[in-house]
Amino acid sequence: MTMSESLAIELQFSGGMELLFDNKKTIHTKVPAHFRQGADSHAVTIRDLIGWMASHLLKERPELFIGPDGSVRSGILVLVNGADWELEGELEYELQDGDEIVFISTLHGG
Amino acid sequence: MKDNSSHHAAEELLRKVALLEAENEALQRQVQALRQEQSQQAAVKSSAAPLHPLEKVARLTNSEIARYGRQLILPDFGIHAQLDLRNSSVLVVGAGGLGASCILYLGGAGVGRLGIVDHDTVDTSNLHRQVIHNEARQGMSKAHSAALSVRLLNPHCNTVVHDLVLDSSNAQPIIDSYDIVVDATDNVATRYLLNDACVLGGKPLVSGSALRLDGQLTIYNYRGGPCYRCLFPTPPPAETVTNCSDGGVLGVVPGIVGCLQALEAIKIATKMNTQDPPTMTLFSANSTTMFRTIKLRKRKAECIMCGDAPTITRLIDYVKFCGSSATDKTPDLFLIPLQERLTCEGYKKILETHTPHLLLDVREKVQFDICSLPSSLNIPLKDLELPESIEQVKKRLNAKDEPVYIVCRRGNDSQPAVRILQEQGITTGDIKDIVGGLNLWTDKIDPSFPKY
Repeated sequence: MTMSESLAIELQFSGGMELLFDNKKTIHTKVPAHFRQGADSHAVTIRDLIGWMASHLLKERPELFIGPDGSVRSGILVLVNGADWELEGELEYELQDGDEIVFISTLHGG
Repeated sequence: MKDNSSHHAAEELLRKVALLEAENEALQRQVQALRQEQSQQAAVKSSAAPLHPLEKVARLTNSEIARYGRQLILPDFGIHAQLDLRNSSVLVVGAGGLGASCILYLGGAGVGRLGIVDHDTVDTSNLHRQVIHNEARQGMSKAHSAALSVRLLNPHCNTVVHDLVLDSSNAQPIIDSYDIVVDATDNVATRYLLNDACVLGGKPLVSGSALRLDGQLTIYNYRGGPCYRCLFPTPPPAETVTNCSDGGVLGVVPGIVGCLQALEAIKIATKMNTQDPPTMTLFSANSTTMFRTIKLRKRKAECIMCGDAPTITRLIDYVKFCGSSATDKTPDLFLIPLQERLTCEGYKKILETHTPHLLLDVREKVQFDICSLPSSLNIPLKDLELPESIEQVKKRLNAKDEPVYIVCRRGNDSQPAVRILQEQGITTGDIKDIVGGLNLWTDKIDPSFPKY
């Protein structure tokens, strides 16, 4: 069995998050299936995805998306296939081909 | 022939009389409504003192049965749910876009006591979404105006006005005297304050928010679900928070979220939703799927507020914690020294003396389209650093070392724009911004210039 080189991931943005991504609410993209850390290689996690998005998809002001710890900045909720990412292992969740990942910025207006 | 024309004239007159009679009747009704409003106004009282507990009843009166009949015959609601509602008290914090619909529906539905917190006053720019207030109530306290609207809708509802800024010094006793709290506020600091006070007081918190075309709804601290801090342990950086006044909001969007909040409060009061797992509902007016409900985590055992070993056991300073104020007003920034700035009066002189210059307007195009000063060049702040933008400014200056004056809506965005142009060495003339922006221009120089 050969491992596929990349995974098809659907990214969605809501609550103003889309303003950082060229005003797109949905982006279909291919993400490398494995990431290298020194000599080791591991299956791509959400942590890898966030860093990859910041360097590949984000046009400007990465600090509005990624925090100093490599997670999303505070005030952003992440969903994995429609559920709170906390239920799926948060940063360590290993992406699967066809996953839908949603980034929601919390709103405060009223 | 002559007969015919006089006949037409008579018909015309009769038609006018009928119109005037209808108008007279409408005006009489309006006068009556205003008289009623006046008499009710005297009955609405403010309360800062602790409340008497809501007096519970065992049965509804005949006039209540007549009023709530359509709910009473609902098999999934009925007289028991209506009684539960009558015997419950709800505190709505914020009588703005979310509060407007939420308060009206809760009052109409038959909540026994409805507390309303707001420190602000009614302004015309609120009325496109805050439909609980009206034109005649400009300048009136929003909490009073909202309570008045409820009394006019349903005199059975006991309204309590809390015309104050909720903070850690006064929030706990107010929240403790209600069964359910609705967060219809517009700022981060008050959202954390309400969360913590609700966890400490053991109250469910029905939280809603709205901006632009989007809305969000969650119930916190309810039936083993998360609190606001379980989801968002640290407040967002202040520069990532947008208010309605800067980001805009379509009036009906907070109205929809406010209705959902009223619904959730009613479901909690009548124990309709005891089986539901914790969720967040997202509303997006411009998406093909307008509503989306997502499953949320349960209460986090390590949460510093509602976890097993909480470290916060009393209310803290939320303005300090969030680094932002407890209102949604945009503050005036002072990023560059006053010598590098021009007052509105100063710019008026420049116009009157026909001093050659370039006026650069750094607002977003959507705002520039509403109104602009003559012969100004529009380049939004976020695009100003792009090479093509700098080229555009250079072209307009046409190699003449004329001064560049920069204007925006409030005089905040124009300040970083001064720095950007200075770094580009675009002219040897002055580069200054106009203090207070176009808003102050209207106030001080030209009242006929639109303000939004």
